[in-house]
Amino acid sequence: MRLSLWALGAAASVFAALSSGLAQSDNPVDEYRRMLADPFANPGFLFVDEGERLWTERRGPKNASLEQCDLGLGPGVLDGAYAQLPRYFPDVDRVMDAESRIVHCMVTLQGFDEAEIRRRAFSTRDRRSDLEALVAFVAEKSSGHKLSLPLTHPKEKEAYALGEAVFYRRGSYFDFSCSTCHSQEGMRIRLQELANLRKNEDAIRAVTTWPTYRVSHETLRTMQHRMWDCFWQMRMPDLVHGSEVSIALITWLTKNAEGGELTVPAIKR
Amino acid sequence: MRSAILSAALAASLAATAVADVRAEPPRDLPQITTERLEQAMRASFGYDRLPPELKARLDQDEVQRLCTQYRNEPPADVAERIQKLSAESIVFPPDGKFLGDWKKGEQLSLNGYGLRMRDDPRRQVGGNCYACHQMAPQEVSYGTLGPSLLQYGKVRDFDPEAIRTAYIKIYNSNAALACSSMPRYGTQKILSIEDITHVLAFLFDRDSPVNKE
Repeated sequence: MRLSLWALGAAASVFAALSSGLAQSDNPVDEYRRMLADPFANPGFLFVDEGERLWTERRGPKNASLEQCDLGLGPGVLDGAYAQLPRYFPDVDRVMDAESRIVHCMVTLQGFDEAEIRRRAFSTRDRRSDLEALVAFVAEKSSGHKLSLPLTHPKEKEAYALGEAVFYRRGSYFDFSCSTCHSQEGMRIRLQELANLRKNEDAIRAVTTWPTYRVSHETLRTMQHRMWDCFWQMRMPDLVHGSEVSIALITWLTKNAEGGELTVPAIKR
Repeated sequence: MRSAILSAALAASLAATAVADVRAEPPRDLPQITTERLEQAMRASFGYDRLPPELKARLDQDEVQRLCTQYRNEPPADVAERIQKLSAESIVFPPDGKFLGDWKKGEQLSLNGYGLRMRDDPRRQVGGNCYACHQMAPQEVSYGTLGPSLLQYGKVRDFDPEAIRTAYIKIYNSNAALACSSMPRYGTQKILSIEDITHVLAFLFDRDSPVNKE
């Protein structure tokens, strides 16, 4: 509750700043983008703070913190870990993205119920998500690091190849694939500019800015949410949180963005 | 104010020039993903077994979707021919032979992007969302660019009945005209009704429609 009041206040100040900015500028779109890029006006950092609290506090049936969680660089190593995910984890014999790995740690270290965490993975108007805050905290520890996926294990390579195959798969009412909108330069849906996600430069711009505070959602959103949201627009059924396809797509996208410097939490419309 | 924002956004995006397609370097020794493997992963990842029949159908590809996936929208000539033939066979023309409905309803359908998403209200009108990808009436500046501009569409075709019939086919099933087209097959996939399609056609071809005005 305290957090939501904070977020509300911060969002209000963003909008106040936005409207005064609009009045002052000759180019309101540039001004809007400049305001969105201002980290001190980004409520996403409130989620980072909340995530830190959730990470370090003893919680769950096992009354344990997440401080010994292994995100791929060893138990408790946070710096740079997010920038090297998704990756293969021998203890579960599969590829995991940051969100899946955090869920895994909440289950194994703290004893939380996996189905329950996934059910509440995306916050709604009346329900906050612990996971969104935890992802914000973990990702921020890699801010300034360059994206670099190992992609040496056969299962990592398979995830990349599967992600690419999914990108081109057409289906549902509109026959859309991800590539329908995201494989050309300089295109738009209405006024929204589209990224060519096959291209390093465009993929970097997309991937290095997630997780992000979504002004229109009034909350922080993660890459898992972005994948689910795209499939929703494509008129597909709901993508299962942490599913193989979600991780494969994130693997393919992140490898395409290789070398890009993570700047998170970002803020978007 | 709003139009100033929109036109500034428009100018900004038009100024964004195409950059060389520097493909991200793919890793080596990638495994082949078979169609069976892809479909197995899709079903598992969308909880196929727990879905009602209407949602299962969204995950089951028809032949055109399967072929366009397989060839990544660039089918060889014989496959393209088969796709166009299959698609042409699915087209149903207006039973009364009237192709042009009410352009005002067509304009609403072109603006409307609602419908068929999870949790959308099934009682509400499903839109055609034409403006997502096409420029149409000159007054509407919020249009996408994935499809060609349709400014003056009927006028430049002299309101020719044959051109109207061709446009009906493209809307009903774009793959009859171009195999693996990006445009949804509005009639075949039952996104819009035949009547809805005649309204959209009227928006394109009616002499009074803003599409054909300056």
